[in-house]
Amino acid sequence: MSDHDYKPKSKVGQWFNDRLPLLTLANHLTDYPTPKNLNYWWTFGGILTFCLITQIVTGLTLAMHYIAHADMAFESVEHIMRDVNYGWLIRYIHANGASMFFLAVYIHIFRSLFYGSYKSPREIIWILGIIIYLLMMAAAFMGYVLPWGQMSFWGATVITNLFSAIPLVGEGIVTWLWGGYSVDNPTLTRFFTLHYLIPFLILGLVVLHIWALHVPGNNNPVGIDIKKPSKDTVPFHPYIVIKDGFALLMFMIVFAFFVFYAPNILGHADNYIEANPMVTPAHIVPEWYLLPFYAILRSVPDKLLGVVAMLSAILILAVLPWLDTSKIRSAVFRPLYKQFYWILVADVLILGYVGAMPAEGLYLLIARVATAYYFLHFLVILPILGFKEKTLPVPLSITEPILGGSPNLATARNKESKIE
Amino acid sequence: MSEKKTKRRDFLFTATTAVGAVGAAAVVWPMIDQMNPDASVKALASTEVDVSALTPGNTLTVLWRGKPVFIRRRTQEEIDEARSVKMEDLIHPEKDEDRAKNPEWLVMLGVCTHLGCVPLNDKGDYNGWFCPCHGSHYDTSGRIRKGPAPWNMEVPKYEFVNANTIKIG
Repeated sequence: MSDHDYKPKSKVGQWFNDRLPLLTLANHLTDYPTPKNLNYWWTFGGILTFCLITQIVTGLTLAMHYIAHADMAFESVEHIMRDVNYGWLIRYIHANGASMFFLAVYIHIFRSLFYGSYKSPREIIWILGIIIYLLMMAAAFMGYVLPWGQMSFWGATVITNLFSAIPLVGEGIVTWLWGGYSVDNPTLTRFFTLHYLIPFLILGLVVLHIWALHVPGNNNPVGIDIKKPSKDTVPFHPYIVIKDGFALLMFMIVFAFFVFYAPNILGHADNYIEANPMVTPAHIVPEWYLLPFYAILRSVPDKLLGVVAMLSAILILAVLPWLDTSKIRSAVFRPLYKQFYWILVADVLILGYVGAMPAEGLYLLIARVATAYYFLHFLVILPILGFKEKTLPVPLSITEPILGGSPNLATARNKESKIE
Repeated sequence: MSEKKTKRRDFLFTATTAVGAVGAAAVVWPMIDQMNPDASVKALASTEVDVSALTPGNTLTVLWRGKPVFIRRRTQEEIDEARSVKMEDLIHPEKDEDRAKNPEWLVMLGVCTHLGCVPLNDKGDYNGWFCPCHGSHYDTSGRIRKGPAPWNMEVPKYEFVNANTIKIG
């Protein structure tokens, strides 16, 4: 990389940079060569950074008013909503911010799946991303417990009981997690502590995620390796900064819509009833972003195997770079993969839908078929597809099809050779 | 065979690592164990319940160690139904005689053994309890008959202190 040669202009800058090369880092980030064909699906990395910072800032301010105690938590949240200056705004941003965070992360993940961004040499970026995603789920789950409503309490009960499926030590682990014989005050205080901690762990992992990204550079919609810097790249600043900024503004419109016009639509009404260990709500559902995995859990009739299936559904993503055997990254040049990709998207949406419905009758049947297909996609279809699929010819550079004057590759190559 | 001689340095290295590992474990354990139930939680071990107002066919739900306990005063039909079930029809075979020493009284944790929800009274395919969370059906003895729960609802330690009072725990 050329930024090793960077020398600050001012004497003071040089003096400082020789001792702590922060200016070199800043120069690397502004000049960082980025593929010039990145589309708007690539703007979600920046959007996710925004989401993380929003959650940390609103979370810190909420923590100034929230009381982590089983007798006072519910009331303190109402106190935030009614008495604290702008408390309602901060809490609605934080609660809906979690949903926006997951919305963005799902788009980010499915962008990777479409364009094959998880493939060599970007496996570590991908695995770091999966770890971040797991931590996000842990943080979201624990955050949902803090208001100490009915869904908080019973959601916590159901999820912590998942560990009781582990043979022999399961019950001991659950008691240890609870700090008692049921979800109670000790559980609430430790969840608050961990909920406070995890975002900072995520922040650290995000730094590693970006660091690992900056080694090979961004993947791009064509999915080919490009020379950097070259006529195929543009510097990050101002080109990508402006594009990311514009996308972020669009995203904030959606965000603001939920915060100001439908702040409770993504939540559950039962969570405005204070936790009651004597009564289980008629229909326990997790937040929308966990529904597909919840559907997988419920579709298996055995307790332990249900938990194993649910965890595998997430962890299988970590080995995806080795399950997908195709050498071609982008789905643009993989006609069969492209179709299976959209079937997978539909499959996950169906799982999300049946996860919100009662686990009986037709819903249960659909959940089972969709669960089976989910694993089939990763364990059977992807490995075989890499060998069987006839892929389309891939351009030699990002510029080639454009300079050739035709989106059709064969014509473009023909024309280009004539020009030469 | 070229044997590598054990040197004083190797010994020091192994000894230092071993002592370090033991020391680290000794420090980590209190950090882990502090999360287990504390003395004040353990102290709330038993509770006494007055059941004199309970008529046959009704259930009293009380809180014990943060969990609901069902005290069911069963009707003769319910007892007959529970006692007539064949062991081979049960997912978790337990005789009703062992679960309810005094057949009229069934005392058990009102906690579904699947994922810990509170099952609903007088519901389900076996006239006992039904868990609304993931659809487990329990019979009039609180035994699992259908659904994802692996075990019968747990019978805690309890005793009749006198004719009207049950001590749980």
